[in-house]
Amino acid sequence: MIMVLNNAFDKNSLELLGKARELASKVGYKVVLFLITGKEENFERAGGYGADEAVVAVHPRLKRFSLDPFLKISERVVRRYNPSIIISPATTFGRTLLPALAAKLKTGLTADCTGLDIDDEGNLLQTRPAIGGNVMATIKTPNHRPQMATVRPKTFPIPNYDDSKKAKVIMEEVKDEDLEDRCFLLDFKEKELEANIQEADVIVSVGKGLRRKENVEIARKLARLVRGAVGATRAVVDAKWLSQDHQVGLSGKVVKPKVYIAAGISGAVQHIAGMQTSEFVIAINKDKYAPIFKVADLGLVADAASTLEEIARRLESIEEAGN
Amino acid sequence: MNVIVLVKQVPDTENVKLDPETGIMIREGIDVVMNPFDSHGLELALRIKESRGGKVTVISMGPPNTEEVLREALALGADEAILLTDRIFAGSDTWATSFVLSEAIRRLSLDFDLIICGEKATDGETGQVGPEVGALLDLPVITYVSNVIDVSDGEMILERSVEDGVERWKVKLPALISVMRSVAEPRLPTLAGKKKALKMEIKVFSGKDLGFDPKEVGLSGSPTRVVSVFNTKVSRECVLYEGKELEEGLKKIIEILKPFVEGDGR
Repeated sequence: MIMVLNNAFDKNSLELLGKARELASKVGYKVVLFLITGKEENFERAGGYGADEAVVAVHPRLKRFSLDPFLKISERVVRRYNPSIIISPATTFGRTLLPALAAKLKTGLTADCTGLDIDDEGNLLQTRPAIGGNVMATIKTPNHRPQMATVRPKTFPIPNYDDSKKAKVIMEEVKDEDLEDRCFLLDFKEKELEANIQEADVIVSVGKGLRRKENVEIARKLARLVRGAVGATRAVVDAKWLSQDHQVGLSGKVVKPKVYIAAGISGAVQHIAGMQTSEFVIAINKDKYAPIFKVADLGLVADAASTLEEIARRLESIEEAGN
Repeated sequence: MNVIVLVKQVPDTENVKLDPETGIMIREGIDVVMNPFDSHGLELALRIKESRGGKVTVISMGPPNTEEVLREALALGADEAILLTDRIFAGSDTWATSFVLSEAIRRLSLDFDLIICGEKATDGETGQVGPEVGALLDLPVITYVSNVIDVSDGEMILERSVEDGVERWKVKLPALISVMRSVAEPRLPTLAGKKKALKMEIKVFSGKDLGFDPKEVGLSGSPTRVVSVFNTKVSRECVLYEGKELEEGLKKIIEILKPFVEGDGR
């Protein structure tokens, strides 16, 4: 059995279901979506994306992830179903629950995979970038079960929905003692869209080549127009032009948007490690020999701030024309 | 309030260069430093000690030269440094590392209210050891801590940065937290601190000292195995526009971005 474990019936669940189905077909395994979540939904739909079964623990208190209840419920369910493989998205949820679960189950876990395959013996081949992202390592867990991996979001395509297939839904009872928690959520403040660099389709990322803090506003404006986020280099964050939420790179976040615009970024190896798997990279830099152009698909040798301004101006007129 | 900080020695990736031919990091001659995320965690621990008393203990599992990193922690103000070093620990994956760290804390009967670790290390980038140690010690765990609001007897209030926003949590102590760089900006060591650290003892423990069976630690105690390692230089053919061609490049960019503007028909 391959189990996809997540805290929401979201895009991450769908892309992992698609991959799980593909792997399962090779070795004749079953695919189970295991959700611990806050809201009731039509979970039968998971069948259309590749799941044979959906095991679901639903309770309003499980709306936001907290380790104590999630670990208790997931350990119980996993021990009952005994899956051969468990995969989760490498989100703040997956990267917290899965290590704790792997520790309890005394098994291996590979973080942030960007490739998954399965061999004839049912060994999961887990491929992940190693230091700096220029080296890839393939890892397996030969003698321990389950084999566990977190997968970087947006790695696999979302499968086409097949409305002829329905998953068998099995509700997992949430008991009072499951909800006992040594951590208490006081409140939650939603992040503005422009800081959500991990989910944005477009990132307008800025470096010190933007020259002045005030010019960050130009990047913000462009990001708003394309409904994207604003990224930053470490230098920009250290200079307090933007908060750390925005930082892309080794000491920030690894991102994989559809379009990454590197504006005034020279391309330090630490930064490149965080953005090189973006689908399409546009680089704007005055220095023709800046290393960023080596990882870009399209480059403009030009001043970053005024170019961003020009792009924003043209897109604005498109937006107005559309109204 | 006693705080344990788990630190890792990593290559100084802030100063590495890429090999222009292969695109691989040049690792020769690179210094080892304290994992930058752990430095921020140590600073948080020192500030908690300064405001609430108690002591700060740094623990690392690594080769003998990890002493340098621990000595740096002492110079910054840590009270005690523990190095777990043994050839039998070599090749540990995150499970085996977490097992050694958590068992060392248990077997040395270390008294603590809080364990702090960095969100991830800049070399392995797994971020798994923190939550694994927390689970093995059966502690409440909060990861991705971006800000500590308040620390009092028996509990702390902190902010956790997640994909869609910032959560504010109250956590019962003892607990384990993994921190982001924003929790505290590390101080610089002073000359007096460095001198003092030179005279301090780093407590070194081997696998035998702590009663580990060689089969349960290191490579043989690790559930995962690296099967192959390969280079993947992301090679992109950059179409470069400059001078008179800039207008053409701009038009291309507009074509690429246009669908996102029209996305929801606003």
